[in-house]
Amino acid sequence: MVFLNQFFFGYFPYIAMTIFLLGSAMRYDRDQYTWKSDSSQLLRKKGMLVGSNLFHIGIILLFFGHFVGLLTPEWVYHPFMSAGTKQVMAMIAGGIFGTMCLIGMLILLNRRLFDKRISKTSKFSDTFVLLYLFVQLLLGLVTIPYSAQHLDGSSMVALANWAQHIATFRTGAADFIVAEAWVFKLHLVLGMSLFIIFPFTRLVHIWSVPVQYLTRSNYQIVRRRG
Amino acid sequence: MKIRAQIGMVLNLDKCIGCHTCSVTCKNVWTSRQGVEYAWFNNVETKPGIGYPVDWENQDKWNGGWVSKNGKLQPKVGGKFRLLAKIFANPDLPEIDDYYEPFTFNYAHLQNASEMSTPPVARPHSMITGEVMEKPEWGPNWEEILGGEFKKRAKDYNFKEIEKQIYGEFENTFMMYLPRLCEHCLNPTCVAACPSGAIYKREEDGIVLIDQDKCRGWRMCVSACPYKKIYYNWQSGKSEKCTFCYPRIESGEPTVCSETCVGRIRNLGVILYDADRIEEMANISDEKDLYEAQLEIFLDPHDKAIQKQAKKDGVPDSWMEAAKNSPVYKMAIDWKVAFPLHPEYRTLPMVWYVPPLSPIQNAIEKGVIDHRGPIPNVEDLRIPVRYLANMLTAGNEEPIILALKRMIAMRNFMRGKKVDNAVLTEVLNEVGLTEDKVDDMYKTMALAAYEDRFVIPTNHKEYSGDTPFDNEIAFSNKSSCGFTFGNGCSEGATTATLFGGNTHKNTMSGKVP
Repeated sequence: MVFLNQFFFGYFPYIAMTIFLLGSAMRYDRDQYTWKSDSSQLLRKKGMLVGSNLFHIGIILLFFGHFVGLLTPEWVYHPFMSAGTKQVMAMIAGGIFGTMCLIGMLILLNRRLFDKRISKTSKFSDTFVLLYLFVQLLLGLVTIPYSAQHLDGSSMVALANWAQHIATFRTGAADFIVAEAWVFKLHLVLGMSLFIIFPFTRLVHIWSVPVQYLTRSNYQIVRRRG
Repeated sequence: MKIRAQIGMVLNLDKCIGCHTCSVTCKNVWTSRQGVEYAWFNNVETKPGIGYPVDWENQDKWNGGWVSKNGKLQPKVGGKFRLLAKIFANPDLPEIDDYYEPFTFNYAHLQNASEMSTPPVARPHSMITGEVMEKPEWGPNWEEILGGEFKKRAKDYNFKEIEKQIYGEFENTFMMYLPRLCEHCLNPTCVAACPSGAIYKREEDGIVLIDQDKCRGWRMCVSACPYKKIYYNWQSGKSEKCTFCYPRIESGEPTVCSETCVGRIRNLGVILYDADRIEEMANISDEKDLYEAQLEIFLDPHDKAIQKQAKKDGVPDSWMEAAKNSPVYKMAIDWKVAFPLHPEYRTLPMVWYVPPLSPIQNAIEKGVIDHRGPIPNVEDLRIPVRYLANMLTAGNEEPIILALKRMIAMRNFMRGKKVDNAVLTEVLNEVGLTEDKVDDMYKTMALAAYEDRFVIPTNHKEYSGDTPFDNEIAFSNKSSCGFTFGNGCSEGATTATLFGGNTHKNTMSGKVP
């Protein structure tokens, strides 16, 4: 158990990050033709407007919620709020965004699995990644009642310490996790594994968020002979 | 002034017989693959009709093209923020049913069916799902020769401000063919709307292409193009479009659709334009002035000052020569018989059309024909001038009338010359033509020899280096890989991939999946 704990919460994050970064770089370099959002809207519009929007907005907010929540050092938010307050905020925000994402995902899953046009044109990875995110989202939502059992923020601080130790390459990160509930641990492992499958699925389109479009000075693009 | 050259196209609709050879040869070359079997880079529609995809001309529905908003030019799908807000689900995207679901018939059933009381029937099966489709309901040529009820076809956008009911009556009905392809616009909305910056216009010949490696499938271009000539490949997840057969154009050959055109209606030639005036001219406030505005961007290759500036801006000498003999320049600018398709979309399209003549209305022909001079009233032509104007000049009838008159004058004059041995100069005077010009018109438009229709200079690859005539660059592509997708040009390419392959193999095989 000690080894497993050390492996999953001490080493695994780095394995996952390495595969995530190297895998993405290799795919981008070697196989850009496969780098795409892989939209299926052309084949079926129904459900996209509500489903896709709710799913995407929900999951983006969840991602940034996790990012800020886990990586903000205690001394930054301490002057404004206690750890307990922050935890309640996280639970509420996570609950709302999670529910948005869940509704969207149910619509998309229904489409992916039961609409013949979509299911027949789905690669294994397309269906797999959606189901995977679904399970991960459910686990994430299940953590809310677990968190409600102790509103002092201790559990959240432990998780944040773990993330910050990992992010700053400090030893002893895994020790913060040992005492946490199973649901947190599973959510963490699945979350890290998501980075491993990332380069091999359509998720790579996240790298390509077209923010540069907003700063493009000209509408038109002309390429020179070459 | 910044002079650039483009290979433009003019389609002489007066000679189009609607045979679809262009569409079929194009499909065989470019879109006989899974994912784009529903896509026709070139298709021929019968007008009046709502076309393919359904109602494509109606920008209230599809939001293609540009709008001039508070003096600023902006894609109709929305400015940059609004466009990105649509990225998760694009409300302006057609569904495949707006084109048609690709299908085949289960022909094998006709031979393999067991004994039954009724003859076996081959039913349409979807090439996507493999399931039986009740019936195909739309396609690239669904309204062929006025197929379908008038009520549906009357939704044609070009009937704008026309009392259209009388054209539903058999005696007054009219039709024409409209072959359509990518317009390779000077001000393409697809390029502007692409969040990835994957679509670009080539500086040297104006061809608009999609970088297949850079395309991320955000599918904004499909909505933004008012001609609906960008197609989303549902298998590769990338958008594809007419390439203007650039590998052929580069080596001085006409596009496949032009080469194979039975009616010899297609012309290809160089047009010089001033790239600095594009934005200003696309933004002219009155739609009806857009046709003239686009003419103003084009430059006269016979003008010495233009020639000098063009050389400075990197237009090769052979291109300058080609520009002087360009059939496109002659028809569009010199004779003014060709027009852009829907200039009101503000994309400044570069595939132009010569409007078709049509029979003089019955009643007039029965002896009461009012010639008012040597040329009959073009208003009496079976195809309403207003209809053509709505299609080609944003409703401005004057230029269309002049073009039709010039074409009639050319016929009258040549008939006089060849049949009656008469020189009918008064016919020419009425439409402002000279005998030399009409001879050239006749040669280019009526006889239309191969070398008069296609004046295409070869691409000068050597110009891409720092110095002109860089031999290393000029020959680096010799015997190299031509056109392919993905890693097709790579030596170690295999079909196995870690990053996800295809779900469908050859949807054009005719076998039910």
